[in-house]
Amino acid sequence: MLARPKAIIITGNGTNCEREAAEACRLGGFEAFKVHISAILSGEVCLDDFHFLNLTGGFLDGDDLGSAMVQANRLTYAVVKGSGEKVREQLDRFIGKGRPILGVCNGFQLMVKMGLLPGMAGSGERVATLTFNDSGRFEDRWVDLLADPSSPCIFTRGMEKITLPVRHGEGKFVVRDEGILEGIESRKLAALRYVDPLTGLPTMEYPHNPNGSTGCIAGICSPSGLLFGLMPHPEAYLHRVNHPRWTRQSLPEEGGGVPFFKNACEYVRQALP
Amino acid sequence: MAVRVEVGFRDGVRDPRGERVVREAREMARIHLQNVRTLSVYTVDVDLSPEELVRIASGPFTDPVIQEFSIGKPLPGRFDFILEVGFKPGVTDNVGRSAGEAVSQVIGRSLAEGEGVYSSIQYRVTGNLDERDARRLVSQVLANDLINRWEIIPWEGFDPEHLSRPEIPRVTISGGGKVSEVDLEGDAAHLMEISRSRLLALSLREMEAIQGYFRRLEVARRREDYGLGAAPTDVEVEALAQTWSEHCKHKIFNARIEYRDEKGGTERIDSLFKTFIVEATRLVRERQGERDICLSVFKDNAGVIRFNDSWNLVFKVETHNSPSALDPYGGALTGIVGVNRDPFGTGMGSSLLFNTDVFCFASPFYDRPLPPRIIHPRRIFEGVVEGVEHGGNKSGIPTVNGTVVFDDRFLGKPLVYCGTCGIMPSVIAGRLSHLKGARVGDRVVMVGGRIGKDGIHGATFSSEELHEGSPVTAVQIGDPITQKRMTDFLLEARDEGLYSSITDNGAGGLSSSVGEMARDTGGVVLDLDLAPLKYPGLDPWEILVSEAQERMTLSVPPENLERFMALSEKMGVESTDLGEFTDSGYFHIRFAGRTVGFLEMEFLHEGLPQMELVAEWDPAPSAEPGVLPLEDPGEVLLDLLGRLNICSKETIVRRYDHEVQGGSVVKPFTGAKDDGPSDAAVVRPILDSFEGVVVSNGIVPRYSDIDTYDMAANAVDEALRNFVAAGGDPSAAAALDNFCWCDPIQSEKTPDGAFKLAQLVRANRGLFDAVTAFGIPLISGKDSMKNDYLVGETRISIPPTLLVSVIGRIPDVRVAVTMDLKKEGNFLYLLGETSNELGGSEYYARIGCVGKNVPRVDFEGALKRYRAAHRAAREGLVRSCHDCSDGGLAVALSEMAFSGDVGAEVDLSAVPVRGSDLDDAALLFSESASRLLVEVEPGRAADFERLMVQDRWGRIGVCVARPHVLICRDRRELVRLSLDRMKESWQKTLREL
Repeated sequence: MLARPKAIIITGNGTNCEREAAEACRLGGFEAFKVHISAILSGEVCLDDFHFLNLTGGFLDGDDLGSAMVQANRLTYAVVKGSGEKVREQLDRFIGKGRPILGVCNGFQLMVKMGLLPGMAGSGERVATLTFNDSGRFEDRWVDLLADPSSPCIFTRGMEKITLPVRHGEGKFVVRDEGILEGIESRKLAALRYVDPLTGLPTMEYPHNPNGSTGCIAGICSPSGLLFGLMPHPEAYLHRVNHPRWTRQSLPEEGGGVPFFKNACEYVRQALP
Repeated sequence: MAVRVEVGFRDGVRDPRGERVVREAREMARIHLQNVRTLSVYTVDVDLSPEELVRIASGPFTDPVIQEFSIGKPLPGRFDFILEVGFKPGVTDNVGRSAGEAVSQVIGRSLAEGEGVYSSIQYRVTGNLDERDARRLVSQVLANDLINRWEIIPWEGFDPEHLSRPEIPRVTISGGGKVSEVDLEGDAAHLMEISRSRLLALSLREMEAIQGYFRRLEVARRREDYGLGAAPTDVEVEALAQTWSEHCKHKIFNARIEYRDEKGGTERIDSLFKTFIVEATRLVRERQGERDICLSVFKDNAGVIRFNDSWNLVFKVETHNSPSALDPYGGALTGIVGVNRDPFGTGMGSSLLFNTDVFCFASPFYDRPLPPRIIHPRRIFEGVVEGVEHGGNKSGIPTVNGTVVFDDRFLGKPLVYCGTCGIMPSVIAGRLSHLKGARVGDRVVMVGGRIGKDGIHGATFSSEELHEGSPVTAVQIGDPITQKRMTDFLLEARDEGLYSSITDNGAGGLSSSVGEMARDTGGVVLDLDLAPLKYPGLDPWEILVSEAQERMTLSVPPENLERFMALSEKMGVESTDLGEFTDSGYFHIRFAGRTVGFLEMEFLHEGLPQMELVAEWDPAPSAEPGVLPLEDPGEVLLDLLGRLNICSKETIVRRYDHEVQGGSVVKPFTGAKDDGPSDAAVVRPILDSFEGVVVSNGIVPRYSDIDTYDMAANAVDEALRNFVAAGGDPSAAAALDNFCWCDPIQSEKTPDGAFKLAQLVRANRGLFDAVTAFGIPLISGKDSMKNDYLVGETRISIPPTLLVSVIGRIPDVRVAVTMDLKKEGNFLYLLGETSNELGGSEYYARIGCVGKNVPRVDFEGALKRYRAAHRAAREGLVRSCHDCSDGGLAVALSEMAFSGDVGAEVDLSAVPVRGSDLDDAALLFSESASRLLVEVEPGRAADFERLMVQDRWGRIGVCVARPHVLICRDRRELVRLSLDRMKESWQKTLREL
């Protein structure tokens, strides 16, 4: 069993949440490494040396062609200097070894646009996407979420109701057709949904569902449960003082985002050699 | 050959960008549209095979789940008009730049010189509109003719062939590399003609000083050695004009002023800056002795204070007013990414922790005819907010605090204050991080974006005629991603200790950045022909003074140059070696090996003659309004809650990411439903520590109508009051001053200049008195002195405005306080006295009068109160705290109650008062300074009262379960309102914006 597994947080080209993502990994039990994408392209750093990959939030390339579109393209074509290996091949090998990946916000958008999520066909074909919020606006607000206990997602194990901030303009989850949604539902891939704080039930009502996501979906995992993407930011809630109502509610010291990283660490310790 | 690629949403997919146009067309241009579909259009001017083109169009350009594309011909569809909006040549096109990168990824090579991708947006509009409406829609909603080009195509006679032909907005300028001499020999009229025609903005005395320098024999002799004639080159004249600009030298703040008061007394002030700003800080620091937190003040791009033994804070606030008046989006975006470079270029460079922003606008509902060339305040509002949103969010810097002030005198010039705080380890690579200095032999290295004609002569409208291919210089659009890549790289270079000094390229471009850094060594040689350009055709003087964004200048020791360049290349950032710092005593500028400028450093920096100005304090007589109409105080309160200066700004603030980086503790909105207005922001910069930073702002331009002394004093008080309300320690705080004035130089076009200068003098005195009494040092600041609009007979001047931003420490963020009421049964205390001070209040503004009794600040009393309140917060006695400002006690109480979803019942007879003539309105709505409203649990009341023993306070009421606010005076009921009604009034004003 790994004592202190290694987490990598890829930075550069507009990632913004690497600092708190690294802190979250550390609190989860990982040794955390922030690595600029150029170090992967130059061959100095290889994903093989890590157990957990974080694709963190930000505005990759300014989201200029739509969120994460340019980075998805870059990772598809980029070649590691020296070895000639495609970055995508390195990534597929990481996935093939059963190592978990967490994509938050822009990282989720990246995973979806690379075809990694929901990843049902396994072919990398894009069957779902994240598009502009129905409000037409970027918004920062805290939302209530409900985890699906029957989901294979390893990150949400043992979770029920969670409160986290969303901070995005393109977070509306949509699918290519009804069949895709049925596949997601039947395989329990929608690990996290937006809920009404009063009823606790999944909701399409703005602002509780902040973007109009199909099926109230806030986060989705691959059938293996090892790849997980979500629009809300678990790394933004590491301590109770991050919570917007911490001065008026009694809350546990540990923030509601930390368990995602603890779960990842627990999984890596148990499952990886 | 160039090809157009159109990308649009599939049928049935919502198009929120189009829906927004429908909304804005209705609000801004009163055009009612049925439907708008938007398309992204990429004009790809790259040598590609048809197969590559398909891979690009279907890959990075199109999301196949929701979009479709068409190459070389329009996507099918039915519409009434096509409105296609792109950029003019030379305008920063971020989408085009990213698209170009995506193309080069696909084809596996960099784009060649001259190749490029250009973006535009196509709006397919249906609705009841004619061609005139379509033109109006473009000019009032979709485009800005300073930066955009557009085409309007009606369905009638639509020819798809037409939209298949690409138009390339490439900059085409011929020539470049030219240097000419400027003949200064002649009379005053000749000199002023040069100043005017070259847009130098130099006065006759300044032109004469330059003339005098070039007439000196020894100067001419030295110039001969380098092949220069006696007359200056255009490069030299432009370098001098930039260095001596009001923007760089703060000539008004450094002028010799003769001040006359209303009684005929006179006083001479040798530099407002030295007399009031520098001196205030010196005094405060001297008194604080060992507790002094200042590390670097007034000498760098931003002020530096100590946060703790290991970390320093760096803070700066800038304005970007004129560019925002011309192009609100680009102006504000450039403003925010521009001010980011200040803390980034301070000391050895800091990482950026948060932004603050404060805007001053005319009413977005302004419905009178607009003078020529003024953009409607609704559009200014939208553009500025979006610019700051993109600038902050895309850079990953949380926008944590700010406000919006409304006054219709901001119609001619909106004020856009952007602030950024950075943090740096106190020691970096073995050296104190707040110090820096280029050394002789260090290389001059420019890092980041390339140079174009952007922003030459700042915001001055170019008199040069615009032709088809001429780039736009007046306004710029910031590029957060290019800047982010640069800062990612430079922070690594910093930590490796690869450079000795760093500064940003802002106003004045290289002329300013290199000229300033060369003061460290006493000279520099700069090779302008090495500078990377966005397009060919620039003359050397243009390269020198271009204000193209996203660039830093560094001094790199020669032994580190190789490593520096290698790291730069690896991280995809362009860096260029442009020359060497020397001790020659000269700013030596070369182009292609030839000397094109050779200026004495001494003259460049010290040769500017001091301005001499007259100030005359001659205020118009003011009076209180006398007997007011009797109104129901509850109705008045509801009305006040909905006024622009008081109402909720949540629709704006939600658009800013206020918690990226993970340190957010007190957010802009707080309370039971996350919608109450916080007084200040609290941020935890080091994620495994509980020490925090508190930041707040104070701004009260309305009080300038009575006396700018009190305006300034109240601005400081408001900022500190907000700071303390959230839990900040007033003994560990520093402030920034940011003056925005109307032209204070007496002249034919400004007949009241002497009065406006007197207002400036009095504001400085108010600022000095306040910060010295409070013991908060001023660490940096800024002034913008010409916020007037003058076209034809119409003149609009802003009210004199001072923004004070306070930053400081909170020892442990877990003692921070928010403003929302917490629990029924708790006591409500009002700290501080209330006087009949409705002058300049929102209450008076509501009935269209100004009054006379402006709030006066009792500095000593206030400071005692703030210290005691901080102590109470530290001891955990304060459940909530809110400052009384616009709208007075009644508004503060209402906000606390509806934010906390807890009712309140108070009796005004318990309010401590000064004076005996306080009617109900004064008790409810007076804006007397330095008051805090505090909630305390009954069990802690005795402890709390013991801490407040030296102060005047009143226990005015209690929190109640019933969701209402009840305000009585003795037995007489004045206000009884439900929380819902109050909140609705407060929220509805700007909800739809």
